[in-house]
Amino acid sequence: MSNGIAVDLRNVVKRFADVCAVDHVSMQIRDGEFFSMLGPSGCGKTTTLRMIAGFEFPTSGEIFLHGKAVGTTPPFRRNVNTVFQSYALFPHMTVAENVAFGLRMKKTPPADIARRVTEALELVRLGDYASRRPRQLSGGQQQRVALARALVNHPEVLLLDEPLGALDLKLRKEMQLELKSLQERVGITFIYVTHDQEEALTMSDRIAVMNAGKVLQIGTPTEIYERPVCRFVADFIGETNFIEGKVESVEPSGIATITSDDGLTLRGQTIRPVAPGMNVTLSIRPEKAFLSVQEPPPGTPNCYQVRVERIAYIGSDTRIDVRLGARLFDLWEQNSRSTLDRDAYWQPGETGYLWWPPENAIILTE
Amino acid sequence: MATDTLASDSQPREGQIAALLRRNERLQLGLLLFPGLFWLVTFFALPLVVVVLYSFATNGPGGRIEWTFTLNNYRTLFTESLYVNAYWRSIWAGVWTTLACLILGYPLAYYIIRRPPRWRTILLFLILIPFWTNFLVRTYAWMLILSNNGIINSAIQALGLSRIALYPSEGAVLVGLIYGSLPFMVLPIYASLARFDFTLMEAAADLGANQVQAFLRVMLPLTMPGVAAGSVLVFIPTVGQFVVSDLLGGAKVDYLGNLLQRLFTRSNPPNWPLGSAMAIVFMIVLTVAIIIYFRVTTEEDR
Repeated sequence: MSNGIAVDLRNVVKRFADVCAVDHVSMQIRDGEFFSMLGPSGCGKTTTLRMIAGFEFPTSGEIFLHGKAVGTTPPFRRNVNTVFQSYALFPHMTVAENVAFGLRMKKTPPADIARRVTEALELVRLGDYASRRPRQLSGGQQQRVALARALVNHPEVLLLDEPLGALDLKLRKEMQLELKSLQERVGITFIYVTHDQEEALTMSDRIAVMNAGKVLQIGTPTEIYERPVCRFVADFIGETNFIEGKVESVEPSGIATITSDDGLTLRGQTIRPVAPGMNVTLSIRPEKAFLSVQEPPPGTPNCYQVRVERIAYIGSDTRIDVRLGARLFDLWEQNSRSTLDRDAYWQPGETGYLWWPPENAIILTE
Repeated sequence: MATDTLASDSQPREGQIAALLRRNERLQLGLLLFPGLFWLVTFFALPLVVVVLYSFATNGPGGRIEWTFTLNNYRTLFTESLYVNAYWRSIWAGVWTTLACLILGYPLAYYIIRRPPRWRTILLFLILIPFWTNFLVRTYAWMLILSNNGIINSAIQALGLSRIALYPSEGAVLVGLIYGSLPFMVLPIYASLARFDFTLMEAAADLGANQVQAFLRVMLPLTMPGVAAGSVLVFIPTVGQFVVSDLLGGAKVDYLGNLLQRLFTRSNPPNWPLGSAMAIVFMIVLTVAIIIYFRVTTEEDR
């Protein structure tokens, strides 16, 4: 009946007074999937999550949970649980009482409650903390209690609203991996809201990139990063260089030649059909362009002699700004050799040859 | 180190007292504690001791106090129905007023906290405005409202029904007490709710609790300190009051406060020892009640 679709949003709209927070969002989240909604603050991702949880009701459109319409079902009648950004643990209850809360509300027999609470706490490695109060725990531990409190109910879908936002960087990275492996073990559909693109890329099976209440692209992390459908997605996920221009010609392979506004001839991969004369933007990621000391053989595509303007050594990479026409072009070179030798690194003022294979750049039409 | 330098720098001006103080820690402590202790002893302990002593003294002719030890005052309190009834009546008035204020005050405080911030300020202000008028005047106003020719009876009459004797009565007293105490309940509960994280209500709903369950298991326990504070602030003054029962009760039924007032000032001759005994019993009853109440209500919060 639901065909392996856990959550199905159809044309969901949410208006607050005169603001349209969620604007005709449609997406299907599959059973057992780790699905992220990614976007800047105010893009509608949290409102969408709150509508799936039942804290907000859609202005129009419908939400289906495993094929059942739940648009106006109150949260306590939905088999969906949320991990809140602030964790929202009950401060007057112990960890065990917090975790047992949902089961108590469902009138689960006490013996079952005890067993399932213990299991859930062990799942998040907090077995020894059952009788503590939330405020006696660290942020990371509180976060895991919130997870256990939600998972113990075996929800159809688990909703997570930036649950790692309050943790420091190192702990956040640990928790990312832990969350992902936890999700794989329990097999529950996770819907994860975040504004942190790295977090979304690390954990997700699929990502929906949102902006201004709209879903711009849904795809795997690779698809989102390598084949963004529009300028916003290319810009929001990772870093990139944009060069605006006009299409000159398109080859059958999908490689197009464009002339930039400042007269450079550049080649890149099209992902949507383009025709000569169209205004497009070429997007080339900093790690996908190269800088050579020696002039590459004639016929090398996208090859220009450039001057190094700035360098930033950041350990794993060196970030190099070169002057390409009127703009600064950003490229990253991996520091694959371990040496203190100055000659091994680019220095400001040096000249080199910037180039990239056409398929490394993509041509965006929006 | 730092204090040493400081001391030697200012040595010539400070003189010997400062030096003595610095060396003698006990003197230091004594000086620091003196103002607080003085205040407590003069304004709290001493009067209490006087009252305790009076309560065991004998009332002589013409209201003179004779220093003969007796337990008769206490015996009178526990045996004469006039006093026993006044105790019960006052305690019940306190309990009902507190309950009524809770039932009216909690939703009111909740309503205010759920308004946008600008409205909250205005609504709280409205609650406080009556305080700027003398309490006596406000109680007289209730007399006018409830009297035979008052607003309520006029309205009833206009509807073609016969008048109801609303005043003076014990009901009128209760109305006056609830009216006067409500702000003392609303404000502490409001303060508790202001600290309450309403995301917890969403969390409770998310975990399957309906509104009633979420209120009873999450919001109420976490705002208990406000409820407890409000209850005490309402209960204690209500049990001891005498103005409202005088005015709205028509001085026909005796509450504790009325008897106390009479024993000390109005009766001829006055009976201070009996009044003192009454005050002591009153204090003990209240203290015990409050301790029990706090035990019960704040247990969860520990």
